[in-house]
Amino acid sequence: MRSFIYLVIGIFFGIVMYKSEAASWFRIYEMFRFDAFHMYGIIGSALLVGIVLVQLIKRRKWQSIYGEPIQIHPKEKSFARYMYGGIIFGLGWALAGACPGPMFTLVGAGYLSILVVIFFAILGTFVYGLLKDKLPH
Amino acid sequence: MDFIMKPWPWYVSGPLIGLVMFILIMSGKNFGMSSNLRTFCTICGAGRTSELFQFDWKKQRWNLLVVIGTVIGGFIGAYFLSSDTAVAISPETIKNLESLGFHSAGSAYLPGELFSLEALTQFKSLLLLGIGGFLIGFGARYAGGCTSGHAISGLSNLQLPSLIAVIGFFIGGLLMIYLIFPILF
Repeated sequence: MRSFIYLVIGIFFGIVMYKSEAASWFRIYEMFRFDAFHMYGIIGSALLVGIVLVQLIKRRKWQSIYGEPIQIHPKEKSFARYMYGGIIFGLGWALAGACPGPMFTLVGAGYLSILVVIFFAILGTFVYGLLKDKLPH
Repeated sequence: MDFIMKPWPWYVSGPLIGLVMFILIMSGKNFGMSSNLRTFCTICGAGRTSELFQFDWKKQRWNLLVVIGTVIGGFIGAYFLSSDTAVAISPETIKNLESLGFHSAGSAYLPGELFSLEALTQFKSLLLLGIGGFLIGFGARYAGGCTSGHAISGLSNLQLPSLIAVIGFFIGGLLMIYLIFPILF
């Protein structure tokens, strides 16, 4: 039963990704050209809601729905990995026009070519695992 | 029902994404989609090659369910909750894309030049999709997260590393569109 909630959250997320057009290659391209407010509005308003709720969780020490304490792990401090990794991710995001959430939405929406993107994204993750120790972090 | 069938405005979609993150945190998890790519590697046996993939993937089962849900959600959104697939991007973007040879701009959800089944038989579009995917997977794991993990979750928690990563996402995106696209298309 606990598992079921994650499937429902995923379905809801997938619908939002499709209907917001955040899963559209065109919207990503438009965002990087600063031609419209749409994507900035989505990310900005998601963040606004996110910041308020995360602060509430932390300050009021809310428990999870299962009555367990909530731990939000801070990211390790570093510059190189976030900047270099971020740039590489951004190059791919702009080219394929989909990030790791929307790419699965597009499978369901019937765009089978996105499976090529997903396959190579898994391969990219695998190759990062091989090269990890040789890269600056 | 008309407003559901039309594309959803940013001020509806954005807060709903914030809500997705909130529900995941409240159920004791976190919002991070690219972690699943790592889990797929582990399931395929990548644990033999790098300690990055040595973990009990069954603990990530919940996130795989989110992925399956995301696929189903895309199906519902596209086939039951939409009357038109055209994405109304700005006229400037359409004009610019036309000049690059993307004639489906303004009348489709994805550019047929890259994503149609016909394009799949062409080496160039296949290569571009492959390179794009590879960079996404490599970069997301290198940066320790993608749009959901850094731009939404990390920034919501006011994390400096996530701000650096998001700045990186934009540097990469702008390089691709302004410097590399003119060479590719």
